[in-house]
Amino acid sequence: MSNISTFIYSVKQGVKNIYRNRMFSLASVGTIAACLFMFGIFYFILSNFQFMVQNVESNVGITVFFDEGITDAEISSLQTQIEARSEVAQITYTSAEQAWASFCEEMFEGDEDLAKSFGEDNPLADSSSFEINLTDVSKQDAFVSYLRGLDGVRQVNSSDGAAKTLSNINVLIGYISATIIIILLAVAIFLISTTITMGIAVRKDEITIMRLVGATDFFIRSPFIVEGVLIGLIGAVIPLAILYFIYNSVINYISDRFRVLSDLLTFLDVNIVFQTLIPVSLLIGMGIGFIGSFVTVRKHLRV
Amino acid sequence: MFDEQPIITLENVSKTYSAGSEALQDVSFSIQKGEFVFIVGSSGSGKSTLIKLLLKEIEPTSGMIKINGEDLTKMKRKQVPKYRRKLGVVFQDFRLLKDRNVFENVAFAQRIVGKSNYTIRRQVPAMLSLMGLSEKLLSLPKQLSGGEQQRVALARALVNKPPVLLADEPTGNLDPKNSWEIMSLLDKINKTGTTVVVVTHNHEIVNAMQKRVITMKNGVLVSDEQKGGYNYVKH
Repeated sequence: MSNISTFIYSVKQGVKNIYRNRMFSLASVGTIAACLFMFGIFYFILSNFQFMVQNVESNVGITVFFDEGITDAEISSLQTQIEARSEVAQITYTSAEQAWASFCEEMFEGDEDLAKSFGEDNPLADSSSFEINLTDVSKQDAFVSYLRGLDGVRQVNSSDGAAKTLSNINVLIGYISATIIIILLAVAIFLISTTITMGIAVRKDEITIMRLVGATDFFIRSPFIVEGVLIGLIGAVIPLAILYFIYNSVINYISDRFRVLSDLLTFLDVNIVFQTLIPVSLLIGMGIGFIGSFVTVRKHLRV
Repeated sequence: MFDEQPIITLENVSKTYSAGSEALQDVSFSIQKGEFVFIVGSSGSGKSTLIKLLLKEIEPTSGMIKINGEDLTKMKRKQVPKYRRKLGVVFQDFRLLKDRNVFENVAFAQRIVGKSNYTIRRQVPAMLSLMGLSEKLLSLPKQLSGGEQQRVALARALVNKPPVLLADEPTGNLDPKNSWEIMSLLDKINKTGTTVVVVTHNHEIVNAMQKRVITMKNGVLVSDEQKGGYNYVKH
C-alpha cells in the first residue's frame, strides 16, 4: 500500500469536494475568514493596548520623600537598597535644588523675577526625592508598603489609579474578545460540519461503492478531513493577508486622528504582531477545519 | 471437480429484521471453489438479504456464514474492508461513478487497495480490453449502453482478481442481447477459476445455462439442484 498515492488521492478528492460543493465551501471559508478577521482585530487591539499599558506603567512613577535632615549618605544607602529590589525598573534621584529649579521653570516661566524674590531660600528644601518606575504595576501596592516601612522615608506618593484602570480595561477587552471569538468559532465549526455533511450527501453513491469494493474507513474519510482542513487554511490566509495590508493604514489613521494622545498611542510594529498572529490564525483555521470535519465524518461515515 | 473445502458455507442462517419480518429462515448450503451458482426466487424471497449477508452489510440473527475459511459472524468491523476486497460485486444498476470515465471507474477499485499508478496503468486497460471496452476508456458512463456499463462494472469487480464474484440481478436492466453477452462473460470468468454466484429473475438464462440453481421462497431454501432450471413457481 503506497501511503503517498493515498495521500495524493485524498488531497485531490478534497480539492474536488470543495469545488463540487462550492457554495457551501464558500460560506464556510467566509465564516472562518470573518472569525479570524475579528480575531486578528482583537489581537491587534489587545497586543497594542498591552504595549501601551506597559508604556504607561513604565511612566507611572512612585515618588519617595525623605525625613527632614537626612544626610546624602543615608539617601545613597536608601537608593542602593531600593535599587536591589526586583520590582524596580528605574530609580531617579531629584535633589531639592533640582526640584525647585524645575518648579520655577514650570510655574514662573516669563516671570523669572518673581522666582528671584525667593532669593537663596529654597521653599522646597527637604523635598529631594526618588522617582521610581516599576517593572509590573500590579506589584505597586506591596511595594509602596515596603517603601513606607523604610527608615528615613517620610512620604510615598503613588498614582496607581491610571495604571490599574488601564490594566482592568485590558482584561475586560480580553474577556469580551474571547467571548465573541468563541461564539464565532462555534459558528464556523457548525458551518464546516454542514459543508462536509452536504459533501457526504452528494457523494453518497460513491461512498457506498467505496465500501463495497473494500475501502477502509481511513480511505473514505480522509478526503473529507482534507476538505475541512483546506477550508480552514483558506479561511485563515484571507484575513491574514487583508489585515497585513491594512494594519499600517489603520494605525496611521488613529495616530493622525488622535494626535492629542500621541504620548499614549504607541503601536507595535506590523511584523512583531504578525509573528504571533500568523501561526496562531493558521492553527485555529486548520484546527476548526479538522475538528468540524472529523466529528462530522465520524458521525456520518460508519462503515 | 472441486476442492473439498467449500468457499462459501451457510449453516442454519436466519435473519429477522427489527420490524419482525423473517427474511431468511434456517438456510443452509455450501458452494465449492470454482462453482457457478444461480440463486433464484421472486421478490421477498430473501435473495437480497442473502447478498447483504455475504457482503457483511448486515449480520444474521442466528447461524454461521463462512467464506474462504473466515467466519463472518466473528469478523471484527475493522477486518470488513479487507474481506470485501476478496469479493467482486456487480449490481443491477451498475453503480458506476457518473462523473468519472471508464478507466477511472475501474482504476478506483485499485486505488482503494493502494495499487501504484504504474500497476493501475497496466492492469486497468488490460481488464477493460478483456471486457471488449478498449475503445471506451475515456467515455463517461452516460455515453455507454446498459450492456457496456455492466461490463465496466464487471471489470471493476474483477480487476483486483477476487476469488468470488457476486452478481445481484446483473441482467435486470438489460435487453436480451446484452443479457446474454454479460452471462457469457460471467461463464468465461468462471472458467478461469473464479467462483460465480448470480442472483437473478431471468428464467431463460437460468434454464439455458444448466448450472446449479438454489431456489428461495419466502426466506426458505426450497430447492438446490445441479444443472437445474428456474422452477420456483412450482413451489
